[in-house]
Amino acid sequence: MPITWDAGYHTAKRKGDKVANFPFEHGLIVAGILFVLGLIGVLTRRNVIFMLLGVEVMLNAAGLAFVVAGARWMQPDGQVMFLFMLTVAAAEVAVGLALVLLMYRHWKSLDIDVASVMRG
Amino acid sequence: MELVFYIAAAIAILATMMVITRVHVVHALLYFVVSLLAIAVALYAMGAPFIAALEVIVYAGAILVLFIFVIMLLGLGPRTTTEERQWLDFRVWIGPALLGVVLLVEVVVLLLRSSGGLTNGVVVEPRQVGVALYGPYVIGVELASLVLLAGLVGAYHLGRRIPHREAEGG
Amino acid sequence: MLTLLWIVVALPIAGFLWLALFGARLSRRSIMSIGVGAVGLALLSALHIAYTFFTSPPKGGVFVQTLWTWMHVESTHTFRRGTSLVFERGSFHPEIAFYLDPLSLLMVLVVLGVGFLIFLFSAWYMAEDTDLARFYAYMNLFVASMLILVLADNLLLLYLGWEGVGLCSYLLIGFWYQDPANVRAAMKAFLITRIGDTAFIIGLFLLFTQLGTLQIQEVLTRAGLQWAPGSALAVTAAALLLGGALGKSAQLPLQTWLPDAMAGPTPVSALIHAATMVTAGVYLIARTHTLFSLAPSVMLIVAIIGAVTLLVGGVSALVQRDIKRVLAYSTMSQIGYMFLALGIGAWSAAMFHFMTHAFFKALLFLAAGVVIHSLHNEQDIFNMGGLRKQLPLAFWSFLIGALSLAALPLVTAGFYSKDEILHLCWASALGSPWLYAAALVGAFLTAFYIFRVFFLVFGGASKREVAGHLNPAATIPLVVLAVLSIVGGLVQLPRVLGGVPLFSNMLAPVLPAITLVEDSPGLEWVLLFVSAIVSLVGIGMAYLLYARRTSPAPARDNVPARFFRDGWGFDWLYDQLFVRPYCWIVIESRHDVFDALYAGIAELAEVCYHALRRTQTGKVRWYAAVLVFGVVLILAMVVFR
Repeated sequence: MPITWDAGYHTAKRKGDKVANFPFEHGLIVAGILFVLGLIGVLTRRNVIFMLLGVEVMLNAAGLAFVVAGARWMQPDGQVMFLFMLTVAAAEVAVGLALVLLMYRHWKSLDIDVASVMRG
Repeated sequence: MELVFYIAAAIAILATMMVITRVHVVHALLYFVVSLLAIAVALYAMGAPFIAALEVIVYAGAILVLFIFVIMLLGLGPRTTTEERQWLDFRVWIGPALLGVVLLVEVVVLLLRSSGGLTNGVVVEPRQVGVALYGPYVIGVELASLVLLAGLVGAYHLGRRIPHREAEGG
Repeated sequence: MLTLLWIVVALPIAGFLWLALFGARLSRRSIMSIGVGAVGLALLSALHIAYTFFTSPPKGGVFVQTLWTWMHVESTHTFRRGTSLVFERGSFHPEIAFYLDPLSLLMVLVVLGVGFLIFLFSAWYMAEDTDLARFYAYMNLFVASMLILVLADNLLLLYLGWEGVGLCSYLLIGFWYQDPANVRAAMKAFLITRIGDTAFIIGLFLLFTQLGTLQIQEVLTRAGLQWAPGSALAVTAAALLLGGALGKSAQLPLQTWLPDAMAGPTPVSALIHAATMVTAGVYLIARTHTLFSLAPSVMLIVAIIGAVTLLVGGVSALVQRDIKRVLAYSTMSQIGYMFLALGIGAWSAAMFHFMTHAFFKALLFLAAGVVIHSLHNEQDIFNMGGLRKQLPLAFWSFLIGALSLAALPLVTAGFYSKDEILHLCWASALGSPWLYAAALVGAFLTAFYIFRVFFLVFGGASKREVAGHLNPAATIPLVVLAVLSIVGGLVQLPRVLGGVPLFSNMLAPVLPAITLVEDSPGLEWVLLFVSAIVSLVGIGMAYLLYARRTSPAPARDNVPARFFRDGWGFDWLYDQLFVRPYCWIVIESRHDVFDALYAGIAELAEVCYHALRRTQTGKVRWYAAVLVFGVVLILAMVVFR
């Protein structure tokens, strides 16, 4: 159940504001398309940087979905989630790129398939 | 306003498609920036201006810049480009593409089964977001700060150079 | 007093336990004292019991001592009879109970008497053996099992003793287990007697399901009431019990183990394979004679098997080189006589021959033991000679035993017992001239083969040096058995020679007398003469052929000679019929369906392993793709719900 508080949404409305009012599913479908595109990017590209980019695309799409959902229910929870995701994405990119640097130093290549020592 | 949203969404999708199909890293990054800006517009149109702003500032402005810095550090040359062209042939992307399409179809089917309602055309003010953050979600804020700290320390530790043991990289 | 009966069985068991548990730590003297002492004390108790039994007989001539109930099994069984349901409650409660009547008393006295003498002899024979404690432990266990067998009140307890003696026979034949040939001989004995034991236990099943009890006297009364003579059930039960008896007593067709059982030490051969275990079959048939009387066809088979075995054994004994194998075939042959007597209904005659046979066969084995021991384990009679001067005690003992075996007229115990059997073969209701003829030929062969051995071993020139000397432990048993072999027959003299029916009178309450068809003194004299002449002729022929030779020709090695020496080819026959097909089956089924099943499971696991191994590529994109595939599947389940 979304949490309600007394700062209702009525006071937020400013005069003249126009905000899009479209079916909720469309927003989620857009997010889904973006997500799948990011997924395809992750699975297809061999370069580590591109894979990280794909992961970022996926994160972004998930965030978009959250915001759409928040807008539908008129709660700020969606945006709060997006904020957290942003934070996490930032930290993750930092660490991930550091690892990319390490990988480049060790294997002299950005091909992710060279890092497959733990095979069965 | 609905039109704005749809157009922005279309641009985002096209730009993302370009991101994943580029050979040059920098080209891909720039297309990604385009995509992010389009998404920001869409978010604004939906009534989440604060998030739209954050998206541009943090995502496009910090995270992607970080990407660019690392690429500069790596100093990849033209050899990488030819490699990428080689790696990106039909046999490689047809499988994941099919998988992705199937996943998308499933999601769409599930979404279209029920009507969830409209987005109500209402702006959710930043004030509300702030109240929510420091109200019910205050623990999450603390944890997020911890995550950032962890990222900071981790990135520093992993990225440092040890002069005599450079091959392992610490 | 008779309640000491259980001590007779308990003493050898105690001896066994003591020697088994502490034997390794005892000195030689202690081991011998305990081993021989246990049986000695049991013999004294048995003598006391016998004295009490004869001077103040118990009520009904039978004393039963019940110790405890072995098990108590109850069951209810419902079945449909006609249109109604019948509930039947049955119970099975065999007891550990000892049954003392003249027959079992006779067996107890023979087992303990001869057994004690053999135990005493082994103190000399096995004096240098390293495993003396094990030897006496097994021997005590054997005596205990044999006593349980003969004193058992019900067939299950008898079977316990039966199995016990079989086990001890195996343990003692393979006593010197370091030689694989001994182990093979022990296994052969055990397996062949097992075949008989299986028939026996099936017979017990039949008796219990049909008659509801295994208590011997009850079984005999109920069988007499419920089964008509010659009915299928009686014949089957008797035939199955006969199967067991054939195995233990080494009669055709289960006789092949006895010659090989001579691989054990000589005292073992004397006790187990001459005097006691091999006569367990005879005791069984005598004990359940009422049942056998209800199946005349089985009785005929018993007589025929006895007759054939005595001829087979006799002929085979003629061509053996090993002194103990001669005695083994001789035992086989003499037990054939006992079976012949049982088959024609001459129960007490069979037991009489059992008693005299125990005396002279044990004597022969012990004398042979002295010879073997003194010649450093030489057993080939063609390598012996001229031992008359060097081993006088062995010479006289063997001579007396051989004369008793050959049934020298009037002065030996064997004469009286064998003559009685011959007489009854001719003159009894179930006897026939054919059986008489077979028995007579057998008597001739017996005299011939045993004196062949005698002249070859003790006559002629000396070939080897004799070592070692005898002490009282060896001489006393030989003397006592020699005396018994002479006077043992005087308890049952035929009518024309004085008519002393002591033996048959003693057994009369248990074993009924036999009916005679022809009963005239003249006939008896004629038969007496004929058997006397036959044995003398046999001895004479052996003398002519073997006594004068200074260097006898070695045995021929052509096919007929080998055929008879190998016991008429039975080993070869059984090998072809049973052993080879069985080995073939075993080898073929080494990779049969069930093995394939289990191997298949292992192989399946390996296949799965190799398949799953391919999924661990170590590549991140592959793992991500698998993840996505899983998500697709789960969503598909939701979509297509």
